[in-house]
Amino acid sequence: MLASETETALKTTPLHALHTASGGRMVPFAGYDMPVQFATGVMREHLHTRSSAGLFDVSHMGQLELRAKSGRIEDAALALERLVPQDILAVAPGRQRYAQFTNDAGGILDDLMVANFGSHLFLVVNAACKAGDEAHLRAHLSDSCVIEPLPDRALIALQGPKAETVLARLCPEISAMRFMDTGPRRIDGVDCFVSRSGYTGEDGFEISVPAEQAEAFAKKLLGDGDVLPIGLGARDSLRLEAGLCLYGHDIDTSTTPVEGALEWSIQKSRRPGGARAGGFPGADAILPQLEKGAPRRRVGLRPEGRAPVREGAPLFADEASSEQIGKVTSGGFGPSLNAPVAMGYLPVSLAAAGSLVFAELRGTRLPLRVAATPFVPNTYKR
Amino acid sequence: MTTLYTTDHEWLRIEGDVATIGVTDYAQSQLGDVVFVELPKVGRSLKKAEAAAVVESVKAASDVYAPITGEVLEVNDALAAEPALVNSDAAGKAWFFKLKIADKSELGGLMDEAAYARHTA
Repeated sequence: MLASETETALKTTPLHALHTASGGRMVPFAGYDMPVQFATGVMREHLHTRSSAGLFDVSHMGQLELRAKSGRIEDAALALERLVPQDILAVAPGRQRYAQFTNDAGGILDDLMVANFGSHLFLVVNAACKAGDEAHLRAHLSDSCVIEPLPDRALIALQGPKAETVLARLCPEISAMRFMDTGPRRIDGVDCFVSRSGYTGEDGFEISVPAEQAEAFAKKLLGDGDVLPIGLGARDSLRLEAGLCLYGHDIDTSTTPVEGALEWSIQKSRRPGGARAGGFPGADAILPQLEKGAPRRRVGLRPEGRAPVREGAPLFADEASSEQIGKVTSGGFGPSLNAPVAMGYLPVSLAAAGSLVFAELRGTRLPLRVAATPFVPNTYKR
Repeated sequence: MTTLYTTDHEWLRIEGDVATIGVTDYAQSQLGDVVFVELPKVGRSLKKAEAAAVVESVKAASDVYAPITGEVLEVNDALAAEPALVNSDAAGKAWFFKLKIADKSELGGLMDEAAYARHTA
């Protein structure tokens, strides 16, 4: 009885029935019953996405609209800048930008995408954080903005070198989009929000679809011979090879954007001397780190042997030292590299590419090299 | 020659006082694509239920336990070079290690093929 109660407590996405009918092996993830893999298996799902096209259900993620009460999108952008260290005002209509919600200590509450839809901002946040993010937005921005979650929309990612060809068969105009272009598009009679982005390192699209039309839309894409359904297992190995952070693992409230090696996402206008320097939670902690660096840093790691080194493995400077200097925050096997890959935190003195460190695994110290990310070159259409 | 099974989805092929041990086809289908196998050292004495080997898929690491007490006589080095053998031939070429059986009475607690089939049904 207990097991069935646990199962019924899990939420489902609008594509749940399609997943189970397609042979998805379902697991709990961020409160949702989600496919970890299909019959194809993680390895081939991963490789298929890199060589052809994969369809991912990411409907568990949160979609929200942020509108200024004044009706001016600039006011919504300036309001959101009170919560993130990014330049939101500079996000042009039809463009989106990667951002982080920070806390007063400079830690990361969540990472998100912020899109300019002309009249308002469209936000995509992590599934596990979406309730907290909505409360955070309401607590801080309700004076000037209306926050509207969009729980009745599914989110489908189509990723891989054939994603453009597949989607263009239904909507030729998407071929004109560049990486991080976004906006409403009508695809095959469905009112979608389409962005040219994703979390695999491949070219591709993320498509927000009304929930009631999501299954038919996904089936249409899956009807193309180049497209396979892909589960969370391959989503994780793809993003890991692409060197992309997974919130709650590689970044969280205990890591700042600078420690997380995300300073590339903080524009000059929000840095010291910039037009709107600071003015976000934790600026006192983050701004000095932008100038002087942080004591530790997220790095890519390549185990020298064949054994995957996974999340939580402690890191040491040498084979004998008893002093732990860092830890692995994501790790596994990279099917495209045919080798294990990982990321983790190290003191800056050991964070340079080529540094040798050791992970402890089942009582043995294994050598790993610090490596530049992405491990697999990305193929975004810039 | 008899083949016996554990509730942890391992098989044992018994020949005299030697047991060859591997994981079942059901286990490999649950694990998914195997990318790494770590085997015990030859000569190591294993106690029943002790972690003896590790099998890693893209997603996760799983322990393989010694189903009985005994000394490791031989390990299957082919698995280091080709871990995917566990997926393609779990019940055959992908054997993990051979144990010298210390106490034959421990075999009494294991399942035969029919009982294992009911266990996984």
